[in-house]
Amino acid sequence: MGLLAQYVINGAMLGMMYALVAVGFSLFFGVLDVIQFAHGDVLMVGAFAGLAAHALLAHLGVTSPALLLLGVLAAAALSMAILGALIARAVVLPLKSVPPINVLLMTLMLGTALREAIRLFYPGGSQPQRFPSLLPGTATAVGALTLRLDNAILFATGALLIVGTHLFITGTRLGLAIRAVAQDEETARCMGIDFTKVVLATFALGSALAAVAGVMNGLYYNEVGFGMGLLLGVIGFSAAVVGGLGNLYGAILGGFLFAALQTIGAAALPFASAYKDVFAFGVVIVLMAFRPTGLIGEKASERV
Amino acid sequence: MHRRCSAAAASAAAATAAVLAFVSPAAVAKDTVKIAFVGPLTGGNSAIGLGGRNSADLAVRLRNADPKSKYQFELVALDDECKPDAGVQVATKAAADKSIVAGVTHYCSVVAMATVDTYHRFGLPTVVWGAVLPDITYAHDYREIHRVNGTMINQNETAAKFMAAQGYKTWSIIHDTTDYGKGHDKYFTQSITPLGGKIAGDFGVTADQQDFNAELTQIKGQHPQVIYFGGLTPLAVRIRAQMEKLGINAQLQGTSGMLSEDFIKGAGPELAEGVLAFREGAPVEKLPGGKFFMEKYAAQNYPNPPEAYGPFAFVAATLLMDTIEKVGPDRRKIIGELAKVKDRDSITGPITFDSHGQNTVAAITKYVVQDGKWVVWEDSEYASGKRKLKGK
Repeated sequence: MGLLAQYVINGAMLGMMYALVAVGFSLFFGVLDVIQFAHGDVLMVGAFAGLAAHALLAHLGVTSPALLLLGVLAAAALSMAILGALIARAVVLPLKSVPPINVLLMTLMLGTALREAIRLFYPGGSQPQRFPSLLPGTATAVGALTLRLDNAILFATGALLIVGTHLFITGTRLGLAIRAVAQDEETARCMGIDFTKVVLATFALGSALAAVAGVMNGLYYNEVGFGMGLLLGVIGFSAAVVGGLGNLYGAILGGFLFAALQTIGAAALPFASAYKDVFAFGVVIVLMAFRPTGLIGEKASERV
Repeated sequence: MHRRCSAAAASAAAATAAVLAFVSPAAVAKDTVKIAFVGPLTGGNSAIGLGGRNSADLAVRLRNADPKSKYQFELVALDDECKPDAGVQVATKAAADKSIVAGVTHYCSVVAMATVDTYHRFGLPTVVWGAVLPDITYAHDYREIHRVNGTMINQNETAAKFMAAQGYKTWSIIHDTTDYGKGHDKYFTQSITPLGGKIAGDFGVTADQQDFNAELTQIKGQHPQVIYFGGLTPLAVRIRAQMEKLGINAQLQGTSGMLSEDFIKGAGPELAEGVLAFREGAPVEKLPGGKFFMEKYAAQNYPNPPEAYGPFAFVAATLLMDTIEKVGPDRRKIIGELAKVKDRDSITGPITFDSHGQNTVAAITKYVVQDGKWVVWEDSEYASGKRKLKGK
C-alpha cells in the first residue's frame, strides 16, 4: 500500500514537471502556431543560470537558503524571459511568413546550439552538475512511503504557477491581448493590439515558466546536466499534443497522463522497465490515432 | 660491457644506448625486428594512447640497451583514432607488412573488436594492451589474439568475491541497456549466484534516463542489502541522489564506468561516501613492478605520463620481445609460444593465458569513496575497520 502511494507521489511530481513544459509549448503554439523546439533546452539553460546565480551568491557570502532560493529563481526566470523574447524576436518573428516547418527546424538547431554551449563553456559542463538543496529536507517515513517536505513544496509551487498562468491569461489586459492574438491575429491588430509586443510577452512568459521548471528539476533531482532538456522537451511537446496543442488544460492533462504512463510502464508491467518510454510513447501514438486533435480538441474549448 | 650498476646509471645508459642506436650503426650487426603498436594517438582518447605508445617504446629501448638481446627491435607506432574504420586500415597495414612480426594492439574496445578478423586473416600475433570488452578474446577461436589486461568478467568475479566476503547476500541490479551495462549485469549475476548471492530485482534503463523513482521504489520493496549499478557516471549520480530521497539505505556498488572524480562532484562527498567500485588494472604505484616502471619511464623524459594502461602496453611489448628472443621473428612460432605463457612474471603481476589468449589473473583494484576521494580499498579506513559500509 505504501509502495503504491509512493508510485502515485513520484508520478505526480513527474507530471507537474512535464505539465510546466507542456504549457510553454501550448502557449507558443496558441499565439503564433509555431512549435518552439528549443523549449526543453531553454529549461536546461534556465537551470544552469540558477546554478550560476547560486555560485555567485554563495561567493558573495549569502548563506540563508530562502534568500539563495529567491536569487536562484529570480535569476533563472528573468534571464530566460529575456532569452525567450530574444528567440521570438530573432528567430520566430522574422520567419512568420515562411512555412512553420522552418521555425521548427531553426529552433531545433538553436536547441542544439544552446546544449553544446553549456556543455563546452559552463565549467565542467560536460558532466552532471550538483544542484544545491535549498529546501528543507525533512522526511517522514510512513511504512514504505517516504514523504518529503521539499517535494511537497515543489509540487505546490508547480500548481501555483499553473493556476497563476491561468489567472494571468484570463484576468489581465495582456492576457486578454494574448487570447485575442491567438484567436485571430488580423482582427486583433485592427483592434489596436501591438502584435509584436504580445508575441514577445508570450515567449518571455513561457520561457520563464520553463526556467522555473528547470530549477524545480534541479531541486528535485539535486543534479542538472546539459542533456536534461532534450527528453523533457520531447515529452513536454508530446504531452501538449496529446492534450490538445494550444490548450492550457490539455497541456496539463497531457503532462500528468504521460507521467502516469511512464510510472505504470516501469512499475506495473511484467516486462523490464527498460521499455517504459517505449510503452508511454506507444500509448501516445495510439491516442493520437483516435484523437488527432488531442484529448481536449481545439474546437471543444477556447484557445490558450 | 658490465651494466649491473645502480638504477640511475642503468637508465642513463639505457637512454644513451637508445640514442646511439639511432645515430650510429650498431657495432655488432643485429637483425632488426619490427613490432607494431596500435592505439589512439589523436582524438579524445589520445592521452591514454600516447601513454601506451611511450610505455611500449620504453620496453623496446630497455631491450635494445640490453647486450644479451639477440635482435635490434623497432617499434612502429600506428594511430587507430579510436575509430573502427581507421583501426581496420592501420591493422591491415601492419598485418600485411611482412617485416612486422607482432603487434601491441588497441585501447578502444570497439576498434579491438573490429580488427580481430584482420589479424586472424594475416596471422599476425597480437597482444591487446587496454581494451576491456570480453568478446575481443572470447567471441572467436583466433589463436592470434591475446590480452594482458583484465575484462569486465575479471572485474565482476573480483567484485562478487569481495562483496560475498563482506557478508552481503541480496542485490538489486540497475544497468543501462548498452553493451557495457548489459555485460556487467550478465557477468556479475553469473559470478555472484554460485557464491550464494540472491538477485532480488534486475532493471534495464536507458543510458540518458533522468528519473529512477519508479525503479527505486520497486527496489525499496525488495529490501536488498546492495544496489549494483552497471553503467556510467551521469546515471550513477542520479541514482545515488534519488536513493537518498526515497530513503533507501542500501550499499551502492558500481563498476569501472562510474569510477571518476565527476561521480563524487555530482553526488556530493556526503552521498558518495562509502560507495564501492572496481576497475581493471591498478594505480601504477600499486603494481608489483610499478616503482621500477615509473623510474625507467621518468628517465626517458616523455612529454606525457603513462596513464592507467601504460604499464600494460609495456608488459605486452616485453612479453612479445621475450617470445621473439626465444623462438625467433616468425609469426607462427610466436603464436605457438604465446599459447604456453603461464605464471609469467611481469610488472603488472603474473600472466597466464587461457585457451582464448586471455590473461586470467589480471589485476583488478577495489575502490571506495572516503572523504570525497576514490581510495584503494586496502588503504581505506573501511578496510581497517575504522569506518563501516552500509548495513555492516
